[in-house]
Amino acid sequence: MTFVRLTAIAGALLALCLAPQDVSAQNRKIKVATEGAYAPWNFVNSQGKLEGFELDLGAELCKRAKLDCEFVAQDWDGIMPSLLAKKYDAIMAGMNITPKRMEMINFTAAYAAGPHGFLVLKNSPLAKMPGGEFSLTKDIAGAEKAIEELKPFLKGKVLGVQGSTTNLAWAEKYFKGVAEIREYKTTEQHDLDLSAGRIDAAVDAHSAAKATMESAIGKDMMIAGPAFSGGILGLGVAVGLRKEDNDLKTAFDAAVKSAIADGTIKTLSMKWFKIDMTPKS
Amino acid sequence: MLAGVPLTLQLAFSSIALGLGMAIALALIVRAGLRPLSWLAESYVFVFRGTPLLVQIFLVYYGLGQFRPELQEIGLWWFFRSPYYCALLALTLNTAAYGAEIVRGGLQSVPAGQIEAARAFGMSGLTLYRRIVAPIALRQALPAYGNEIILMIKATSLVSTITLMEVTGLAHKLISETFRSFEVFFAAGTIYLLMNFVVTRLIDLAERWIAPDLKRENRVAMVPLDTR
Repeated sequence: MTFVRLTAIAGALLALCLAPQDVSAQNRKIKVATEGAYAPWNFVNSQGKLEGFELDLGAELCKRAKLDCEFVAQDWDGIMPSLLAKKYDAIMAGMNITPKRMEMINFTAAYAAGPHGFLVLKNSPLAKMPGGEFSLTKDIAGAEKAIEELKPFLKGKVLGVQGSTTNLAWAEKYFKGVAEIREYKTTEQHDLDLSAGRIDAAVDAHSAAKATMESAIGKDMMIAGPAFSGGILGLGVAVGLRKEDNDLKTAFDAAVKSAIADGTIKTLSMKWFKIDMTPKS
Repeated sequence: MLAGVPLTLQLAFSSIALGLGMAIALALIVRAGLRPLSWLAESYVFVFRGTPLLVQIFLVYYGLGQFRPELQEIGLWWFFRSPYYCALLALTLNTAAYGAEIVRGGLQSVPAGQIEAARAFGMSGLTLYRRIVAPIALRQALPAYGNEIILMIKATSLVSTITLMEVTGLAHKLISETFRSFEVFFAAGTIYLLMNFVVTRLIDLAERWIAPDLKRENRVAMVPLDTR
């Protein structure tokens, strides 16, 4: 019995090796890096597998671009240096397009965009910060006026932000000297410290903040204050590529555009964020 | 990055000072051999030497952060709220465990004959410890303890994981801004090397000072010239 089974398996394996390669195997193989610690964009699930909006979208984009993609996890603070060191070929990690990053790497067209703001505890005085929506691209004066109005609230408070992010650049530009800014390796860590009461607010994308509110530690948390987007906060989330890989940029650009056009991004966005994060052109 | 040096040194030396006190206490307890107490001290050393420092830092910082209501109730939250105190506590507890073993080794190296001789002179208790045991143990333990000091200076590089911007934390920040990982890490390594260069010189001086008869020149002179 065992022998028969072994022979069958060996035969099947042999057939597999000898069979003509199917179409997908002819696709160019590339590695795509993600952080794996930024739910619901990308995170590691209870089985230890990468999951999230960008994993679903990445698979879809790769199919359209005829690429054979393998996702790998990479710590956030080394995610751009390792791209340049050719450890992988693309980044899909909730990474916003900024002029500073564009000095080093290339971005495709944006595949998602959403506002940023403060995550606080419901019983915190910061919960009473005034709301509103402001763009640092279209209405800098209005946005900066709203920021000025936040300063009395944030004076002497502690803000938690993930290091090397647009959120940190924004917080440092406007609140340095007003509030103490603490840098974390991952957003999960500042969420833990917010729930422990070590920080008064976390500065993060609303998409990620909402996911935290729905998590086990989030029931006493809320998004407070205005929603900010654009400018120093970035021009939308896109695939990051090395500057010399123009063929990849062309392929991903076309895939992103078609996924926006046929509503795939909207569908995936509703699935993971419960709101439509499709970039508005 | 140099801006991180004061924090690195402050953390290293405060934890070494506090840890040394704890280490001596632990070693004496183990040596005294009073069963329940010495058993506790031995388990402490076993646990803190057997688990990674990074895990200990995370346990103290994020782990205990989970028990805020309880800690607030007993009035200790102000301590655990601060990343600095959490780092200091984790580093101190860790170095105390290694230090205890070094001190124990030093105490064990004191020859029984020396103690007997001292007793024969009528020394007992504290006098015996102060004049015979401690000096001999110190000489034996210092080289190993110097090692521990160097290790602790390097161990502070882990506290950047709990938001403290010491040399390594600032190096990471600088790399994410400049993407020059080689240059920045090379510079960070050099900073640690310079700090440890000073420390090794100081330990060397201390060794010569407490054991002048063991100076290298003297030791060389004691080797028989040519016995062939």
